[in-house]
Amino acid sequence: MSTATILLTDAQLARSPGHTAMIYLKEAKYEFLKNLRLRMYTASVLSFPIMFYLLFGLVLNAKEAIGVTRVPTYLIATYGTFGVMGASLFGTAAGLSSDRGLGWLQVKRASPMPPFAYFAAKVITSMIFSMIIVLTLFALGFTAGAVRMPISEFARLLGTLVAGSLPFSAMGLALGYFTGPNSAPATINLIYLPMSFCSGLWVPFMFLPKIVKQIALVLPPFHLSQLALGIVGAGNHDAASTHWEVLLAFTMICLGVARIGFQRDQEKMYG
Amino acid sequence: MIETLKEIAAAAPSSSRPVVASLTSVDKNYGDVRALCAVDFQVRAGEVVALLGPNGAGKTTAVKLLLGLLQPNRGKVRVFGGDPVNPENRMRTGAMLQVAKVPETLRVREHIDLFSSYYPMPMPAQEVLATAGLENLSDRKFGDLSGGQKQRVLFALAICGDPDLLFLDEPSVGLDVEARRMLWNEIRELVLRGKTVLLTTHYLQEADALANRIAVINRGRIIAEGTPAEIKAQTAGKKIRCVTALPNSVLRQIPGITEVKQDREAVELHTGQAELVVRELLQRDSKLTGLEVTSAGLEEAFLALTQDAPRVREQEN
Repeated sequence: MSTATILLTDAQLARSPGHTAMIYLKEAKYEFLKNLRLRMYTASVLSFPIMFYLLFGLVLNAKEAIGVTRVPTYLIATYGTFGVMGASLFGTAAGLSSDRGLGWLQVKRASPMPPFAYFAAKVITSMIFSMIIVLTLFALGFTAGAVRMPISEFARLLGTLVAGSLPFSAMGLALGYFTGPNSAPATINLIYLPMSFCSGLWVPFMFLPKIVKQIALVLPPFHLSQLALGIVGAGNHDAASTHWEVLLAFTMICLGVARIGFQRDQEKMYG
Repeated sequence: MIETLKEIAAAAPSSSRPVVASLTSVDKNYGDVRALCAVDFQVRAGEVVALLGPNGAGKTTAVKLLLGLLQPNRGKVRVFGGDPVNPENRMRTGAMLQVAKVPETLRVREHIDLFSSYYPMPMPAQEVLATAGLENLSDRKFGDLSGGQKQRVLFALAICGDPDLLFLDEPSVGLDVEARRMLWNEIRELVLRGKTVLLTTHYLQEADALANRIAVINRGRIIAEGTPAEIKAQTAGKKIRCVTALPNSVLRQIPGITEVKQDREAVELHTGQAELVVRELLQRDSKLTGLEVTSAGLEEAFLALTQDAPRVREQEN
């Protein structure tokens, strides 16, 4: 067919790697700004772990210790896990279900946006918020709770918790595909609050009833918190690799579910 | 009637311009619901084509097929000669869709910056803002805009990549009269710059004002296609309104009257030969009052066309 309207040459239409990287960067930047300005997101995701830490870690039990680990240090690991989980679940699931349900994702898909950039932006944003939470907890603990640890230990703790954002981002993507725009926040809370409790993120694990301890073994936040606690000398005695394996398996399962949801959406649209 | 419409459409001088987007024998079902049925439809370079029809006629489905957001159950969808999902095609098209919710905490210029980044040679941001009439709103958050302003942002996102082909799905929904005229001017400017536009609308006036070709769609079928003048010619003729003592049964027998409708105390007559009918009416009823003769506008044409559709379908079955 004669296409006299072709004004751009193929070379101009092919996107350079630099251009693609720039799109990913912008997508992530605006996803971050979008959530940062969303009071519902920052209020629930940032303020809860920080408030809990201030109250239970610095005001109430600052002089106590759990095993060999001081409470202000211990709680950085557990409330850090709690914060990472919240930031990642809300950061992915809430936005995705709303974008899917209310038409915005279609506008994006009709544009030449690289499809993966949309998901990457959500995951990167969740990791950045996770990092902000952990850094804030540490800064508070350092200044008000006399928390001290070697730089290398701190780097491992931060790296572990931020990497721990990935399983929950994957879970959020799966949830985002199977919840509606209105039900998503409630569904997330329904899953993440009990899961936090059962994994020992609110009450230290050893004080939990035995049955809850059993349940915790299959919960990903338990394994992430044990990895973090292991770094500050308060973990259980399982090898770190076991926890990583569980988290990895959980991530793969969630990505599989998200993929089913993605395809289901395509087919629904493709009739 | 449909047959004659199709003949007229077929006889219309076919443009020598290349086809940039087409649906060929397309069926599209949503479960048991047939949204589009045997639709053949083309958009040629440099045209403004209006897909005109009532709600639920299949307009949005047609646009989503052309955007590659839907796949047809049968038939072929082509954009720039290829599959609409090709990234190369998407870089040359812009789309304004009906959206229930756009991220509200991003500013107007941020939305435009992000969408512009997707395209190889986007318009400068200032130009996008100017074209969409958003210069004074660029720092506003989307959630703080009025309904009309939000529509303008969606329009800006459609044009920011400087695409060759624009799909505008109900672009003037929710706009007041002034904003609608502004949008029309913006669309006309784009066409002057060589863009091709497909817009859907149920505002007849909008199709008449903008399009050089109109396809009337109803219940998933294209029931008429042609220039606005040709579409109006389908129901060529006049509407006569008067108060008369003549019973409807007598009126129906007057040669030239195609339709008789009682409207409160008056009757509305449709005819292709207004002068003849008026003379006859005055002769038969010397007390006739309130005589009005108006030409059937696009509105009448549209109503006549879309109301005929069920009858045609029955005949086909």
